[in-house]
Amino acid sequence: MDARLARALAVVVLTVLLAPLLGPPPLPAQSGPIKIGFLAPLTGPFAQIGKDMVNGTELYLDEIGRRVDGRAIELIVEDTEGQPATALNKSRKLVEQDRVHVLTGGLLANIGYALQPYIDGQKIPATYPVMAADDITQRKPAKWIVRTGWATSQPMHPFADWVLKNTRYRKVATIGMDYAFGYETVGGFQHVFEEGGGRIVQKIWAPLNTNDFAPFLAQIRRDADAVLALFVGRLALQFAKQYEEAGLKGKLPLLGGGTSTDESVLPQMGDEAIGIVTALHYSQALATPANARFAKAFEAKAGKIPSYYSEATYTNARWIVEAVKLVGGKAEDRGALLAALRRVNLKESARGPLSIDDHGNPIQNIYIRRVERVGGRLQNTVIATYPAVSQFWTYAPAEYLKRPLYTRDHPPCKHCQ
Amino acid sequence: MDRKVAAGAGAVVVAAAVAPFLSSYPLTLLTQVAIMAVLAMSLDVLLGYTGLPSLGHAAYFGVAAYAVGILSTEYEAGFVVCLPVALLAAGLTAAVFGLLAIRASGTYFLMITLALGMVVWGLAFRWVSMTKGDNGIAGVPRPDAVLPWNLDAPLPFFYFALAAAAVAWIALGTLARSPFGLTLKGIRESETRMRALGYNVWLHKYLAFVIAGVFAGFSGVFWAYYNGFVSPVDVQLVTSVEALLMVALGGPGTLAGPALGAAVIVFLKNFVSVYTKRWLLILGAVYIGVILFAPRGVLGAFRTTQR
Repeated sequence: MDARLARALAVVVLTVLLAPLLGPPPLPAQSGPIKIGFLAPLTGPFAQIGKDMVNGTELYLDEIGRRVDGRAIELIVEDTEGQPATALNKSRKLVEQDRVHVLTGGLLANIGYALQPYIDGQKIPATYPVMAADDITQRKPAKWIVRTGWATSQPMHPFADWVLKNTRYRKVATIGMDYAFGYETVGGFQHVFEEGGGRIVQKIWAPLNTNDFAPFLAQIRRDADAVLALFVGRLALQFAKQYEEAGLKGKLPLLGGGTSTDESVLPQMGDEAIGIVTALHYSQALATPANARFAKAFEAKAGKIPSYYSEATYTNARWIVEAVKLVGGKAEDRGALLAALRRVNLKESARGPLSIDDHGNPIQNIYIRRVERVGGRLQNTVIATYPAVSQFWTYAPAEYLKRPLYTRDHPPCKHCQ
Repeated sequence: MDRKVAAGAGAVVVAAAVAPFLSSYPLTLLTQVAIMAVLAMSLDVLLGYTGLPSLGHAAYFGVAAYAVGILSTEYEAGFVVCLPVALLAAGLTAAVFGLLAIRASGTYFLMITLALGMVVWGLAFRWVSMTKGDNGIAGVPRPDAVLPWNLDAPLPFFYFALAAAAVAWIALGTLARSPFGLTLKGIRESETRMRALGYNVWLHKYLAFVIAGVFAGFSGVFWAYYNGFVSPVDVQLVTSVEALLMVALGGPGTLAGPALGAAVIVFLKNFVSVYTKRWLLILGAVYIGVILFAPRGVLGAFRTTQR
C-alpha cells in the first residue's frame, strides 16, 4: 500500500513538474505591457531588505497607476535567495521566458558581478539600484548596465574629506566586515584620509558570521582618535550595542559607512547609536519636499520608515519609467532604451539631483549624517552635504582607474603596528 | 537491471530529441539538470553504494569549478587544458581529504566531511588573490572545445552537458556493477564481515571517496562553464546539502535515482518559486512526503513494487 501510494505520488509530482516544459514558448510581445524584471532576496537572511526593495518599486509604480505612455507596466518579481547561481537562473527566466524589457534589482555585490556577463551577452538593458561593487562601473564596466544606485567607495571619499576638515581626528582605527563591501568602504576612506594627512593606524576585519565582537573590541587601539566601522544588518545592531557595553562609546567617537546606521536597522537600535556619524547618498531625515513626500508615502504603504534600499528602488523605478518616456514607450528597442537610461537626468528625487557619468554611475549628493533622537525616534540627521559627487571624487577618471581596486590589503596599512 | 538501463538510456534519448523544440529557458534548466545529475550520481557512489554520508561533497565540485574559472580567465586556457587540470585538482583534494575522513564512520564521518568542506569554503572566501573572494570569478567563457561547433547557444551546450552526463552515468554504472562496486555494497551492508572475508575495507572506501570526488569535479567543470561564474556559494554547505537531498529524494544506490532527484529539485526550485514566495515550504513538504512514504527515494519505491 505504502509503495503504491509512493508510486502514485511520484508520478503526480513528476507530471506537475514537467508540465510547464511542454507549454508553447512565449511569443515576443509587441504591444503588450512593458515588462520590468525585478530580482530581490525574498527568502534567506536578507529577506527583510528584499521586501524593502520590492515595496519601494511598487510604491512608485502604483503612484503612476502602472501605466506609461498609454502602455501598462508589468512588474515581475523573482527571488534570488541572495545566491548568484539562483539570481542567474531567475535572470534567464525573466529575460528568455518572460521577455522583460528591463532587468533590475539585486542586492549583493557578488550577484552584480555574476550577472554582468549574462546581461552583456543577452544585450538586455539593466539597472542596478543597490549593488554597489566599485568595479561594475569602474575597471570592468558593463555596456548594458546603468547603475542607479551608488559605488561603495563613493560616499567614503567625501566622508574622509569632511572628517579632515571638521574634526580633529587624525589617527583612525577601522573595523569592517571581511568581504568586498567592507574593503571598498574602508579603502575609499583610507585613500582620501591619508592623502589629506590623516593616518589609519589599525585595520580589523570581522567575519560575516561573527557572533561576539568582544575579542575584536579588545584589540581596538585606545590611542586612536576615532573608530571607523562598517557593518550591515544584524552585525550593525550588535556592533553598536557591544561598542557601548565595552565602554568605548564615550572615549572613542564612532564613524561609519552608511549601512552601519541605515534605516533598515536604526529603528531596532537604542541610545547606543546616538552620535555615530556616517556618510551615504540618502537619509530618511533629509529635509527636502521630495523626500518628505516619499518618506510619508512609503510609511503609509509599508508601515515602517524607508531605508536606503527602499529609496534606491523607488528612484530606480522612476528612472526606468523616465527612460521609457524618452523612447516614446517603445521599450522593445533595446539599444534606444539603454541610451535613454543613460540620458535620464532627475533634477529632483528623494535623494537629491541625479545624473549619470560616462561610466554608468550616478553623480549625486553625499550626505554626512549624525544619529540623533528626534521626536522620540532615532534618525540620521544630515549635518553636511557634498553636492554632485562622482564615483571618482575629485580625481581624473583615467588616473583613478589606473589604481588597483580597494581590497583587504590595498591601500596598505602603512601606519599599523 | 537491463530494464533500468533501458529506461535511463530512453530518458537521455527523449531529452535529446525534445531539446530542439524547447525555448531557451527550459533548455537551460535541462542543462542544469544534466550537470547536477552528475554531482548527485557521484555522491551516490559514497552514500548509496558505500554507505558514507558526505556533507562536504561541494568541495570537489567547487575546486574543479574554481580551477576552470581561474585557468580560463587568468590564463585563457581552453577546454582540453581545463578539464584534466580540474579533474586532477578535484581528485587530489579528495585524495587528501579521504586520508582524514575515511577513518571515521557514521556521524563522525558526516562531521569531518562537513569540516573539510568548510575549509575549502574558507579558502575560496579568503584567498582573495587567487579566488577573488566573495566577488567570485566572473566572465568564464563557454568552452571552445575540440568540437567543430560553437557552444555559446543554449542548444549545443545542452547537448554537450547531456553527453557529459551520459558518459558519467555509463562510467559510474560500470563501476557499480564491477567487482569493486559489489565490494562497496558489501562494505555498506557489513563492514566487519567484509574485513573478515579478507577485503581491504579501508582501501575500497578510500578509492570510492576519490572516485566520487573526481566525478563531482567533472560536474563542477560543466557548472563553471554553464554559469560563466564561480563564487564561494558553489562550495558552501548549502550546495553539499542540496546534493545530499537529491540523492535521498531520488533513491540512494540506484544512480538513475539521484539523477531523477536532481531533476525534481531543479524544477521545483525554478518553477514553484514563480508561483509562490513560499516555495521552500512546498520543497520541504515534498521531502517529508518522500521520507514518510518512500524512505528509499522515488526510484527505490518503484523498484520494491516491481519485484
